[in-house]
Amino acid sequence: MNELIFFFNKVIVAGSVIGSIYAMGAIGVTLVFAILRFAHFAHADLMTLGAFFSYILVVAFPELGGFVGLPTGFVVLPVAMVLTAIFAIGLDKTFYKPLRDKNVKPVVIVIASVGVTLMIQGVIRLFAGTTSRNFFSVDGVAGKDIFRIKLPFEAASRKIFITEPQILLFIFLILAVGLLHYFLTRTRLGKAMRAMSDNPDLARVSGINTNVVVWTTWIIAGGLAAAAGTLLSMDVILKPDLSFNILLPIFAAAIVGGVGQPYGAIAGGFVVGFAETLSVFNWAILLRPFRDSIPEWIELPSKIAFVPTEYKIIVPFVLLIAILVWKPTGIFKGKVL
Amino acid sequence: MTSLTSVKREIVLFSGLGLFLALIFFQMGTAFSLRMLIEAACYAIIALGLTIQWGYAGLFNTGIMGFIAVGGFFTVLISFPVNDKFWNSDGPAELGVVGLYLLAGIAITWAVSKSHRFGFPKKLVTFLTVLTFAISYLVVISALEPAADKIESGAGFIGGLGLPVFAGWIIGALGAGVVAYYVGRICLGLRSDYLAIATLGIAEIIKAVFKNADWLTQGTLTVSPLPWPVPTPNDIGFVAARAGYLTVTAIIVVVILFFLQRAYNAPWGRMMRAIRDNEVSSSAMGKDVNKRRLEIFILGCMLMGLGGAALVTSTRIFDPSGFLPLNHTFLIWVMVILGGSGNNLGAIFGAIFVYIIWTISEPMAILIFEAVKVYGNDWFGWQAPSDLMARALQMRVFVIGLTITLVLRYAPQGVLPEKVIHHG
Repeated sequence: MNELIFFFNKVIVAGSVIGSIYAMGAIGVTLVFAILRFAHFAHADLMTLGAFFSYILVVAFPELGGFVGLPTGFVVLPVAMVLTAIFAIGLDKTFYKPLRDKNVKPVVIVIASVGVTLMIQGVIRLFAGTTSRNFFSVDGVAGKDIFRIKLPFEAASRKIFITEPQILLFIFLILAVGLLHYFLTRTRLGKAMRAMSDNPDLARVSGINTNVVVWTTWIIAGGLAAAAGTLLSMDVILKPDLSFNILLPIFAAAIVGGVGQPYGAIAGGFVVGFAETLSVFNWAILLRPFRDSIPEWIELPSKIAFVPTEYKIIVPFVLLIAILVWKPTGIFKGKVL
Repeated sequence: MTSLTSVKREIVLFSGLGLFLALIFFQMGTAFSLRMLIEAACYAIIALGLTIQWGYAGLFNTGIMGFIAVGGFFTVLISFPVNDKFWNSDGPAELGVVGLYLLAGIAITWAVSKSHRFGFPKKLVTFLTVLTFAISYLVVISALEPAADKIESGAGFIGGLGLPVFAGWIIGALGAGVVAYYVGRICLGLRSDYLAIATLGIAEIIKAVFKNADWLTQGTLTVSPLPWPVPTPNDIGFVAARAGYLTVTAIIVVVILFFLQRAYNAPWGRMMRAIRDNEVSSSAMGKDVNKRRLEIFILGCMLMGLGGAALVTSTRIFDPSGFLPLNHTFLIWVMVILGGSGNNLGAIFGAIFVYIIWTISEPMAILIFEAVKVYGNDWFGWQAPSDLMARALQMRVFVIGLTITLVLRYAPQGVLPEKVIHHG
């Protein structure tokens, strides 16, 4: 029983947390990919930047969380999302739109987005150095609540661990996905977005204001990036080099889910997240209860993990390659650009 | 007329670069400048590799760092002195057993994947293939782990083979080519964005492997001193040794340049440009677009492996954690797009010019930030953070990014634009 709870903590909880983060990032990537038709390499840096906006706001107003009884980082999140969305639109206007207007090849815009990545990283490290920061050490009121849930079984002495930022993350993801679903299927602008993703020329001639659609894309992408960055750093720690490690899993999630499919991106995020936690999990622990019933001649190794933890980066890559080989459209039948 | 002005442009730019170099020789001393030039020459080889991928074929490679690392690794493996302690221990035998397991696993998986010929249903075959792959993978890594641990605790690492350095460089180039073949086979049929994402991933994986597989590369302990193809500074002094090394790298650059120029003006080069500029029409003319792209991708990556091997050898240390994606990959991108993509001379000009700026920007950034620190304290009583110098160096990453975006927007052709010769 304890082994199962260990599995739950290490795989189910951890996988859902990282999966939600990847999902939120991948929604942004997949929308930008579908509407602007380029792989946005600076997306992970939007996450870091959004997390830093939240951090600055928490430092500026450490008491804010006390009024509602939630961590301050979560309370200031909407403001950080707005700031990041404005920043994303600014990026588009300064760097991507001039190139789009010149009708360059899409790959040139991809390179420009790499340039933007480097600039954002340079600026963040210039002002923030390379040290890690903890949201809860600057929070004036709340500490990080950890819930230890005891299961009502005799054999289960281990407890299920879940932290407050993790619960907030799940609630936020569900709300965000619900709103996004409503927006894309019920509102005029959301439908315009889907139309533009399907056929940009047809959308333009039928009178859809493409600029507004592009802006909306950046608002959604930037807002979700800020939320993902902030919630991840609240759960773990805020690091300036957060972004480079998360970029490949996000792309993998977007492509596994199918480019241009927001629901696919969510599914892809969870697939990548669970694949990571499942492959670094030590399966020998689950076999331990059966130690006595296994015949003598089979020697059980003390560690059976598919991938050692330090090679975790291989997992999203292998998923990416597998999907590109077998089903380039992804699970949800997205586009192949 | 146009060719005359472009020749003039080349003469002006390269003589300006020569003057700049003379100034640096005068200011910084011969030994320092020679080292800088050696590294610039190695970067020039890598930049030539990128300029044929990007300039000739329009492929976006973000994994240059990985191919450099592969080149460097094979140089270590081939040319580093033999580690007798390893060869006298059980290590080789145990690694041999792991190798046999690996071969057996590959053979069984392959056989199972072909079993649909005996009438098994397709879905079952796929399932069985994945299952046998997973099992043989687990067997191999669980066999490798104790062997690796024993090598690490006993002999340290497997060492090299003690062969000549040039053999190491050539094998390094071939190794990079093999990696490129598999990446290219998967991604080149899709749009360039996918190649960018996949090369980014492969570079990270290569770095992770070299950093953590201590039995293979000593990981963070680094391998040094690497042998040189020419007498080392210990034997004949810094200036003479570095001059010798520079001669070797310069000859390589010139030879590669000669062949690339020939290839560019040959039918092969014209076909590549045709594919880059209009994929649809060239495939309608019967060109195998994906195969040609794979060809040039492998060729470019081999040049990157060669340049990486030369670069790692010149520093005499193989340090897997030193392969930074930002420094290695995008510095080279700046070299190529600033110099002029598709123009080989432009890539060489860009490599030398950008590398000089990159080298001297380090003391300059520190100088500027020292000044900021002093004046900030005097005027505003600002207390500078202790890691200000590290941050000053990070600022150079910002400059790389800014240069990329500005060049793409305002001078997409670079300082030496591509020269397309029109026949007839």
